[in-house]
Amino acid sequence: MAKTGADMFRMGPKIAKGTSAEEIYKNSRSINKKGTILRLSKYLMRYKYLMAAALFLSIAGNVFALIGPKLSGQAIDAITGTGQVDFKKVTHYCILMAIFYIASSVMSYILSVLMIHITQKCVYQMRKDVYDSLMKLPVSYFDKHQTGEILSRISYDIDTVNTSLSTDLVQILTSVITVVGSFFMMLSISPMLILIFVVTIPLSFLITKFITGKTRPLFRERSAALGRLNGFVEEMIGGHKTIKAYHREENTINKFKENNDDAVKCYYEAEYFGSMTGPCVNFVNNLSLACISVFGAVLYIGAKISIGDISSFVLYSRKFSGPINEAANVLNEFQSAIAAAERVFRLIDEPKEPVDKPDAVSLSNVEGKVDFDNVSFGYVRDKIILKDISLSAKPGQVIAIVGETGAGKTTIINLLMRFYDIASGKISIDDKNYRDYKMSDLRKSFAMVLQDTWLFNGTVYENIAYGNENATRQQVIEAAKAAKIHRYIESLPDGYDTVLTENATNISKGQKQLLTIARAMLLDSSMLILDEATSNVDIVTEADISGAMVKLMKNKTCFVIAHRLSTIQNADRILVVKDGNIVEQGTHQELLDKKQFYYSMYNAQFS
Amino acid sequence: MNLIFRYMKPHFPRMVVGFMVKFSGTVMDLLLPWILAYIIDEVVPEADIARVVQWGLVMVVCAFIAVLGNVTANRMASSVARDSMRVLRNDTFTAIMNLSCGQVDNFSQSTLISRMTSDTYNIHQIMNSMQRMGVRAPILLIGGIIVTMTLDPVLSAILASTLPFLAIVVIYVAKKGIPLYNTHQKASDVMIGRVRESITGIRVIKALSKGDYERERFENINLDVVEKEKKAGITMALTNPVMNFLLNVGWVMIIFVGAVRVNAGLTAPGKIIAFLTYFTIILNAMLSITRLFVMFSRAGSSAERIEEILQARSDIKNQDTNDNKSCDESLPYIVFDNVSFSYNGNVDNLSDISFSLEKGQKLGIIGATGSGKTTIINLLMRFYDVSSGKIFIDGKDIRDYDVGVLREKFGAVFQNDIIFEDSVSENIKLGRNITDENMKKAAKASCIDSHISQMDEGYDSFLAIRGNNLSGGQKQRMLISRAIAGNPEILVLDDSSSALDYKTDAAIRKNIDEMGKNTTTIIVAQRVSSVLDCDKIIVIDEGRIAACGNHDKLLKTCAIYARISSLQSGITQ
Repeated sequence: MAKTGADMFRMGPKIAKGTSAEEIYKNSRSINKKGTILRLSKYLMRYKYLMAAALFLSIAGNVFALIGPKLSGQAIDAITGTGQVDFKKVTHYCILMAIFYIASSVMSYILSVLMIHITQKCVYQMRKDVYDSLMKLPVSYFDKHQTGEILSRISYDIDTVNTSLSTDLVQILTSVITVVGSFFMMLSISPMLILIFVVTIPLSFLITKFITGKTRPLFRERSAALGRLNGFVEEMIGGHKTIKAYHREENTINKFKENNDDAVKCYYEAEYFGSMTGPCVNFVNNLSLACISVFGAVLYIGAKISIGDISSFVLYSRKFSGPINEAANVLNEFQSAIAAAERVFRLIDEPKEPVDKPDAVSLSNVEGKVDFDNVSFGYVRDKIILKDISLSAKPGQVIAIVGETGAGKTTIINLLMRFYDIASGKISIDDKNYRDYKMSDLRKSFAMVLQDTWLFNGTVYENIAYGNENATRQQVIEAAKAAKIHRYIESLPDGYDTVLTENATNISKGQKQLLTIARAMLLDSSMLILDEATSNVDIVTEADISGAMVKLMKNKTCFVIAHRLSTIQNADRILVVKDGNIVEQGTHQELLDKKQFYYSMYNAQFS
Repeated sequence: MNLIFRYMKPHFPRMVVGFMVKFSGTVMDLLLPWILAYIIDEVVPEADIARVVQWGLVMVVCAFIAVLGNVTANRMASSVARDSMRVLRNDTFTAIMNLSCGQVDNFSQSTLISRMTSDTYNIHQIMNSMQRMGVRAPILLIGGIIVTMTLDPVLSAILASTLPFLAIVVIYVAKKGIPLYNTHQKASDVMIGRVRESITGIRVIKALSKGDYERERFENINLDVVEKEKKAGITMALTNPVMNFLLNVGWVMIIFVGAVRVNAGLTAPGKIIAFLTYFTIILNAMLSITRLFVMFSRAGSSAERIEEILQARSDIKNQDTNDNKSCDESLPYIVFDNVSFSYNGNVDNLSDISFSLEKGQKLGIIGATGSGKTTIINLLMRFYDVSSGKIFIDGKDIRDYDVGVLREKFGAVFQNDIIFEDSVSENIKLGRNITDENMKKAAKASCIDSHISQMDEGYDSFLAIRGNNLSGGQKQRMLISRAIAGNPEILVLDDSSSALDYKTDAAIRKNIDEMGKNTTTIIVAQRVSSVLDCDKIIVIDEGRIAACGNHDKLLKTCAIYARISSLQSGITQ
């Protein structure tokens, strides 16, 4: 069922290509940019005073640093020639320089620390917001979005925003102050010499534009090629055994070589243009140095400026061109940070699960009467999967749902739990529309054991007690015993306190399922869902726990999905689902007597 | 590190040329401030504008040579890195493909993947920067100091005296900061793991309304990550201000000492200006070198991890095909003779397994999960070597076969077998010489042909990664057609029908029976219905053969089998 959603997602980008959808996307992006920056600044503005302090520090620190070269020029001017040095002046200026520079360094350190504090607070808040949003999103969201994609929101994207906030903001401010400041300083030294930049600045703009124009598609191609290679490697290492079984090593290695050739070639091409940046920036710097030397010397000969002026000018010109050369880079980074922030915000803004109605009633002492009244549903709006399903279960009844893979059995369960909302029709519990209940109460009234077991990184004990915080240790052990998993748990190094890790290879699928059965046993619910609950448990163990299962099902309305028809023969009612319709229903014997679909399924299994 | 040099060695001549080009380019960079000083101190006092312009042009020429040299050298460096990397990656991947299954288990698939992807990437980067910065920075550092020495040795000494301080700061930050970053990285990994866990368990979390609880758990981790990143960041933030501080203090000292020296007639003002520029160059070079060291240490551990793969020799020893060990023709087709095996060398996973099978017979293996059914297959196909005992196929010990020849006898479907991100036909053919006709025949026999022809492009349709656009049952049927398409001598079906409904399962088994009378089939299953028509069924219990015989015999003699059977057939029997 998750498949259809995922399929649609996969098709999405393919269709969008070449249509106007891309244009629309672009437009909406440019509109959003402003909003994104605004929203980002809201995160920052929670720390108004800290931000004000940061602003002050960065302005003061940079201005102090800007005064230095001017002072050094004046000091050098006092060094006129042998025996003529004015030491008083030199000392004066040197001390001033030292003071300004030290102050500037101290301020910039404080500024960095301050910015780290502020951004980490923002990052904390953003991550929290994302996670909160994740907890409230409907299940369908997770069908349509790959886990890796969501994870990159909360890690990679937020990290990008983080770096940008902590360094780029300061960098941009510093650049502006430095460029403007150096410009005025140079202007005050010599308006003539400044004309040099009329040549060099457009030149550096042209060069960086040329390089970034060349490299951007190349870098994109490079990461795509690398992505393909990595995907190939992952797939082939995953299929190691199969490749060996069919003796396809040679074949696979050759395919790898093709991919690898492509990857190194793309890396090379991107690297080639990318590595031009450094030397080219240097070239422009050297060119301005040459120009300053020549014109400075000419002006000096004409007694328009002093040697100290030339010195200061050289230093300022370096300061001046630095940010201009970097501007393209910083802006790029800033832009990618904005894009990342936008992706994060989009996730935060995803439509959440419907909130409870204001007059929603709490659901306690459930009797367990469940009715489906003409329910239709599709994971994708125009692709109806369940058509006009009607069924009713009396309290304590066992309803079995059978049918081929993909017939829609699990979908019925998904609707019961309100993981998805129905397209039309009505579902009621205890004769009341289930939407009128509080969502959490509704879900808590079910206990659930699924084919895909989920255990989290915690102790065995925590995993069993997950649904019932009030369970005592004795109760947990009882449940484990009933699920025939107690002995296994005792054999673990730390018994019930053994931590189950993600790659706990020593625990089999069947054992995992037994743990989730134990978990369900601790729940005090009046309805029970078993979706292939014992599919991974071997048949002997299944028989061993059958007593406990009967106890678990006792006095509960049960919905059971099972492949093995033997497990459901005692159900009060069996629903046979085919292509989203209930084609037959009745007891085991009634359906056998009908000699239709169920009958043929049953015979196939036991003939 | 040896690894990197070993793979770059074949390109040594090209690297030397590159170094030389780089050297000349970098020297030009160093020459420029020197010319500036020369203009101010020597040319300007003569007030000869023509000579000033002349020297200015020399500077421009130098700048051009520098940019050309550096760009060319960088290009050559990238091409060396490209060619070395290509070979290194190919070798590593080949080595991985040649690892035995046991070795893959030991390494674990995920580390092999990360070694193949991020570790080779790290090395590619260091190959590039090593040639670029690794050459340029030392030249700038040493060359810069030499040039300043010729200008004024005393000022040069002042400049050099600040370098140890810089080194201390850099080492301090690296020593403290890098471990801090590593702990931050770990915390961040834990956080991502937690989110991944929440996403996979979202249904359970929602069903049990544990959202608030999970939020709290996440908050603790979030705080932890933020704290650790703060610590690391604050330590690292020290570098730039300290660098600037040293640079500026150096400047002040040079101006002051320079003033004394000019007064004594030992140096000229233009040289002080040149010094200020050189100082910047030298400090930047120092910084590049330290950055290079950090990269080196990271690449070093990557290189080690790759070296481990390259050094690993497959522990399945291959036998020469020419080796015509006598075949004992009196033996049955497949024989397990007292085979024992242990994955970890301590506890036996299989003990004293003996059975035999004639050509064309059908064997069923049944037993609880973890009892050792798949291990039998792993040994038969020689993914692992037996600890003791012998396995014969066609009267010959399987260790005397060429591994390729041995495995080509088989067609196999494993548990959790893999569908490749490729076309349907490529997935079935898997690059073997199989005609379209045979492929379709196989697809028909495994009841997937009709589904394939419904797909948009039939057999050319693309299957998503891991077959995500197929249902579990479709995947298994696709895998079965792969296994039977090659008309194997031995067909292995390891739990290949768990996602099939009973009807389809039965139909496929019937089709397979009709396909080849010479095919020896081994079916591993949990359902009695899948094996009940086998010529021989062995029941495995905790690594031992609990019973062996056909269905009827086992029903009477084997309690476990009878129990499984009666449980599965329910009350009808």
